[in-house]
Amino acid sequence: MLKVDARGMSCPQPVLMVKKAVACDVKALEVLVDNNTAKQNVIRFLKSNGFSTVTIVDGDDTIALKAEA
Amino acid sequence: MNSKKGIIITGGIIGLMSAVLVKMGNPANMGVCIACFIRDIAGALGMHRAGVVQYIRPEVIGIVLGAFAASVVFKEFKSKGGSSPFVRFFLGAAVMIGALIFLGCPLRMVLRLAGGDLNAITGLVGFTTGIGMGIFFLNKGFTLKRNYTQGVMDGALFPIVVASLLILLMLSPTFIFFSEKGPGAMAAPIMISLGAGLVTGYLAQRTRLCMVGGIRDMIMFKDSYLLLGFIGILVAALAGNIAFGNFNMGFVAQPIAHNDGLWNFLGMTLAGWGSVLLGGCPLRQLILAGEGNSDSAITVAGLLVGAAFAHNFGLAASPKGVPANGKVAVIILFVVIAIISVMSSELFKRDEVKEGAVQNA
Repeated sequence: MLKVDARGMSCPQPVLMVKKAVACDVKALEVLVDNNTAKQNVIRFLKSNGFSTVTIVDGDDTIALKAEA
Repeated sequence: MNSKKGIIITGGIIGLMSAVLVKMGNPANMGVCIACFIRDIAGALGMHRAGVVQYIRPEVIGIVLGAFAASVVFKEFKSKGGSSPFVRFFLGAAVMIGALIFLGCPLRMVLRLAGGDLNAITGLVGFTTGIGMGIFFLNKGFTLKRNYTQGVMDGALFPIVVASLLILLMLSPTFIFFSEKGPGAMAAPIMISLGAGLVTGYLAQRTRLCMVGGIRDMIMFKDSYLLLGFIGILVAALAGNIAFGNFNMGFVAQPIAHNDGLWNFLGMTLAGWGSVLLGGCPLRQLILAGEGNSDSAITVAGLLVGAAFAHNFGLAASPKGVPANGKVAVIILFVVIAIISVMSSELFKRDEVKEGAVQNA
């Protein structure tokens, strides 16, 4: 599974990093972010690209999202 | 609040409040303007001596404190910082100078459009061009690198400093400058301005409203979410301006504006490009600084110092037009931003990889 670590990145880089990962034709990926804005943006992007996303860790410094096509 | 409905309503409320603030005394098409208001604050603090633009604008204080309150209530306040602070400071100053060439931040650009000022269309074309420049480098790997968790004071100090500005406004000590004429002397009553700022800050924190983000996300990801806030402001402010008789369509004799098309275009190109590299428009920087991001606090400091330079060095435009110094500054800043964009992206790194690949083959 492809892993994208976008913690600490400012807008729109978390979504851009996920976009590049999705472009590699992956079926599943794990995304790490560290704030709700990035989390919501990434989930919105993945949804519009046909991925379903679940939050597997919701911590203060790390929010881990698992997405599957 | 993260629904499309939520951000349209937020834009609508901010647009309507802007029209009301003008009705209550703020300068025309300037219900809220982050660049103009930070410039006024720089003047009030004596950082520049342009006597007509000096006032501690309560809207700015309200926006920061509203965002701070929202981030605390929703447990989103986090001390973060350390992502290329000096580059951000510089870009903040550059965005301010670009905005003061056009005479307005991206938010005022929308409000000028809503007041019938067609020069704002030229500004919008420039703004979109600048966003396109920024996107080009983002797609080439541009990054100011990640931030890190900092001690609580690194994030908390900015809202405290901003709150202390409110005390200076209330006490009005002799070392604070207040315009007696000009735009700096035109202001809605303090409590109304502060209240409008608090509501704006709260709603913008919840919805992540951002003028540069709207166009950027539409181009990069075909995501219309933030753009809907932009449109909400435009429609509501337009309706409010028509209702209050403040709508006056044309290019000539627009309030606090000039009709030099080329420099309206270039000023906003600079502001748009710088804002994309920063990750958000001046309004968004205030919101992020309010929720503990010290990189954004430094960006706001850059905006403040940029405004001081703009007036001390005679760079800022006026309704008479853009001074020669301002034109030279814009050209220099384009060169420096281009250098920052190239050096912080992977344009060259990729070439090295390519060369390596060729050598290996």
